[in-house]
Amino acid sequence: MKVIIRNPKRREVELEGKGWRVQDVLKHLDLNPESVLVMRAGELLTRDEHVKTEDTIEVLSAISGG
Amino acid sequence: MRCVKCPDKAVIELRRHHSPFCKPHFIEYFENQVERAVRRQGMLSPDDRIMVAVSGGKDSLTLWYVLNRMGYNTTGLHIHLGIGEYSDASYDATLAFAKQHDLEVTTVDLSKTYGMNVPDLSKALRRVACSGCGLSKRYIMNKEAHERGFDVVATGHNLDDEAATLMGNVLHWQMGYLARQAPVLEATTEKLVKKVKPLYTVTERETAAYALLHGIDYVEEECPNAFGAKSLLYKDALNRIELESPGAKHQFLLQFFENARPRLEVGADEHELRDCAICGQATTTEVCAFCRMWQQAKRRVEQKEERRQLREAEAAAPTT
Repeated sequence: MKVIIRNPKRREVELEGKGWRVQDVLKHLDLNPESVLVMRAGELLTRDEHVKTEDTIEVLSAISGG
Repeated sequence: MRCVKCPDKAVIELRRHHSPFCKPHFIEYFENQVERAVRRQGMLSPDDRIMVAVSGGKDSLTLWYVLNRMGYNTTGLHIHLGIGEYSDASYDATLAFAKQHDLEVTTVDLSKTYGMNVPDLSKALRRVACSGCGLSKRYIMNKEAHERGFDVVATGHNLDDEAATLMGNVLHWQMGYLARQAPVLEATTEKLVKKVKPLYTVTERETAAYALLHGIDYVEEECPNAFGAKSLLYKDALNRIELESPGAKHQFLLQFFENARPRLEVGADEHELRDCAICGQATTTEVCAFCRMWQQAKRRVEQKEERRQLREAEAAAPTT
């Protein structure tokens, strides 16, 4: 599965294996679910959603410093 | 996960309300929150002319979108701060949004109007960019709203912004700032326009979700000066607490507004307002903070130029 972290600095991470849920991905990447939104093909995902090996998900930080 | 209000699949879970929502019910929730905040705090009247301070980010564009959807008479104010590509992208996003939704927007270019952009101002003052930037924005918002006859200035401050500000003020026991932190600041004189924060009960994450669900094309890029800002540290700390204790963040802020702040106001220092000797805007001192800052910046630029000319003259002088 590919994870694109869109901001504040864009980076991409490949995760191996099956059975990932959104909350596992965030925990693995040390991202706080209270600070981010997760999307797949432009649709928002809740933390219990399963992510398939062939999926690409995007993580958007909702926090800005202004 | 299913929506708390219907059998549809949820797109977002708000743990502080124990509520997952589908798209239509999340939008309904968000707009109800804003409407309730506006009504309960007496923020806006149907015939008010509202100036919305618009940076091009998710909060201000969402605010503008929601107020417009609620039928208010709004005009955007965008201040071009001259912070490189970030400011150009912010300007473009604001104008594109205004065009798309057929909304009126006024722009002020800091450099063209006042002679320096934010990076130059910061360099001249030898201070972090955010202090001069914040002061300039607050001054310009009020001045433009007053001169153009607006009744209210609305800003996109959300629950996270306000909770982070509160945390900073509490950590330093800034009693004056604590007494003045509020979702509504009434116009105390004719020259100080009323300020309101209609998004103060919705979180930054909820605002971002609302913007995404409406296809609002905002600037995702962070202001380059914000990296390392204390506000980000406080937001991170608060969201760590929120993760372990959902609802802690809004309790911290809303209980402050409801229970603590009214007690602070009683003892708050009251200063008499007068007109600034330079610009005529309302201030408690002879010259307002904005004019003092710009005078200092311009003086330092002049002194630097004088030193440069002197060095050049010395270098050009024949040696004996």
